Amino acid sequence: MRIKDHPVLDFKRGKEIKFTFNGREIKAYEGETIAAALHAAGVKELKKSLKHDRPRGLFCAIGNCSSCFMEVDGEPNVKTCVIEVKEGMEVNTQQGKGELSG
Amino acid sequence: MDKVDKMDRADKMGNLDKVHKMGNLDEIERIELAVVGGGPAGLAAAVKAAELGLESIVLFERDNFLGGQLVKQTHQFFGSKDQYAGTRGIDIAEELTDKVRKEAAIEVKTGAVVQGYYEDAVIGYLEDERFQKVKPEKTIIATGAAEKMLSFPNNDLPGIYGAGAVQTLMNQYGILPGEEILMIGAGNIGLIVTYQLLQAGVKVKAVVEATDKIGGYAVHATKIRRAGIPILTKHTIKEARGDSKVEEAVICQLDENWNIIPGTEEILEIDTICLAVGLTPKIDLALQAGCQMAYVPELGGDVPVRDEDLEMTEENIYIAGDAGGIEEATAAILEGELAAINAVRAISGGGSDLEAVYAEVSEKLADLRRGPVGEEIRSGLKKARGDENAGRDRYSRQRRYSK
Amino acid sequence: MLEETGIPDRDDIQNNLPDEERLKEGPVAIFECYQEIPCDPCYYSCPLGAIEEFEDINNLPELDFDKCTGCAQCVANCPGLAIFVIDYTYSEDEGVIRLPYEYTPLPEVDEQVIALDHSGEEVGPGRIVKVVNNENQDKTAVIWLAVEKEKLVTVRHFKRMEESSDG
Repeated sequence: MRIKDHPVLDFKRGKEIKFTFNGREIKAYEGETIAAALHAAGVKELKKSLKHDRPRGLFCAIGNCSSCFMEVDGEPNVKTCVIEVKEGMEVNTQQGKGELSG
Repeated sequence: MDKVDKMDRADKMGNLDKVHKMGNLDEIERIELAVVGGGPAGLAAAVKAAELGLESIVLFERDNFLGGQLVKQTHQFFGSKDQYAGTRGIDIAEELTDKVRKEAAIEVKTGAVVQGYYEDAVIGYLEDERFQKVKPEKTIIATGAAEKMLSFPNNDLPGIYGAGAVQTLMNQYGILPGEEILMIGAGNIGLIVTYQLLQAGVKVKAVVEATDKIGGYAVHATKIRRAGIPILTKHTIKEARGDSKVEEAVICQLDENWNIIPGTEEILEIDTICLAVGLTPKIDLALQAGCQMAYVPELGGDVPVRDEDLEMTEENIYIAGDAGGIEEATAAILEGELAAINAVRAISGGGSDLEAVYAEVSEKLADLRRGPVGEEIRSGLKKARGDENAGRDRYSRQRRYSK
Repeated sequence: MLEETGIPDRDDIQNNLPDEERLKEGPVAIFECYQEIPCDPCYYSCPLGAIEEFEDINNLPELDFDKCTGCAQCVANCPGLAIFVIDYTYSEDEGVIRLPYEYTPLPEVDEQVIALDHSGEEVGPGRIVKVVNNENQDKTAVIWLAVEKEKLVTVRHFKRMEESSDG
């Protein structure tokens, strides 16, 4: 959910854009990170842990941890908490450690 | 470290300017000062160095924006009025960023990640997906801090965040982390973020704190308490529950030995748990550069050993801000300035003007730390300066053999 | 108790007040600043010099009640939102507390609200008398809240009627 009214902050949102998450179309604003935009759309589970297949979500949001790794436009292990969402981006839940051969 | 060790390490780390064919020494850009980290300490350091006359400063920031954690601090700062007190963190970020952008001597590199500090005092960094090099005379490391984790069953469920992440979502992107929250930790960050959540319209069910006292400032506590938020000292989280995301938290009371008192468990229905259980200095780069560390709990864990001038055990590298010990942003700004003054002094050989600025800034920093809430910092700094490090590596500066 | 719960003791609250004579004279600031932290903006905010200059910025603020007119400049300038102005002279039955407020939306004048004490407990009805939110307050509004006179010592916050339904 996006905040509309805030006592201190005035959120200047960028242009409205669209991207996909596992094929589903999601609305976002330019300047938002991928994870933030997913959050606003109610998506909290971003990946599964490698060993025990447990759900993982955003944790640090500043690129310190690896809890938000996803596959973005075919590239695995993208830190979605710091990478900005772009028009037409294809964001997918990553399988395992990811593959580089495409 | 003896000579053999040193040679061994040199082999492993390598000499960028000699070994790399592309990196012939002449081709590597030489600068006076590199500042790693664009948060309060790094910004203040770069500005001060420019004001004091350095002409080639490079400021590295891994994120795409400057300001570090200040960009999500919506509350007014404490400290001295002439040092940003009464100003909101977000406005301090803007002011410092403006100053940095106005200084022609500062080259700002955002989206640039420093990879390592090599034996020949060359910094390697990744920018635009390219590995690049720069050779500074002096380096200030201001890499900030990382959040600590708390262990409890299911602490990895989505919906459980570090306090900084909640701030990022809420104050930087204007996105609510959830609707009903449990806050863990009543230090300043736990209390401040609780207040910010209330301001954003989120319901905070409780703040739990394992110790018997609220660690943060009393004024932060009274502010959320009068808004009706219970602050439960001697309480902790026993477990989180949920399938694909957190749905419940079990909290309980602790006895004086930190054991759970059976029967005090209480289930809270929440969709978010925020962990504000402390920070630890981000020392990776200082450690990689070979600087000695000391374990100082008062400063948040392993911290670089440094002298009064903030120079670490590796010559020409200074530490400033939370990377050297967890404190707060006003202190980080002053430490950044102090590190810059010392670096400039080492380059230029000093002078009476410089001494006056040094005295002014160090006096302000001392004022800030003088009171009862500065006691831990004062004791921690003594240890980090090596004065009380008996039994550990004594302070001794490594001299680099290639300059 | 403050350290364990965030609620100041009754005695501490009482000790912040000037004598009865001063209270009868008109509005006056109350500093609920109990901990020595490095902070000094209140000194600079006072147009009347009623707050003593800080020898050490960690000292607690000292207010000269006789110089204070209850103008509330300090209320919006205290980073800890720990200063309030109380006025026993507002009307026959009601007193007014001027308190810092950083929530949205701001209340309307004449709005009926529920007054809250230091622990966030409801202590009775209140009425918004004035909302001051000037540029120089940097988004910390000062709300004038009218309550029964005997509650001026305990009331420090309020909630809107619509918030009260969900408890």
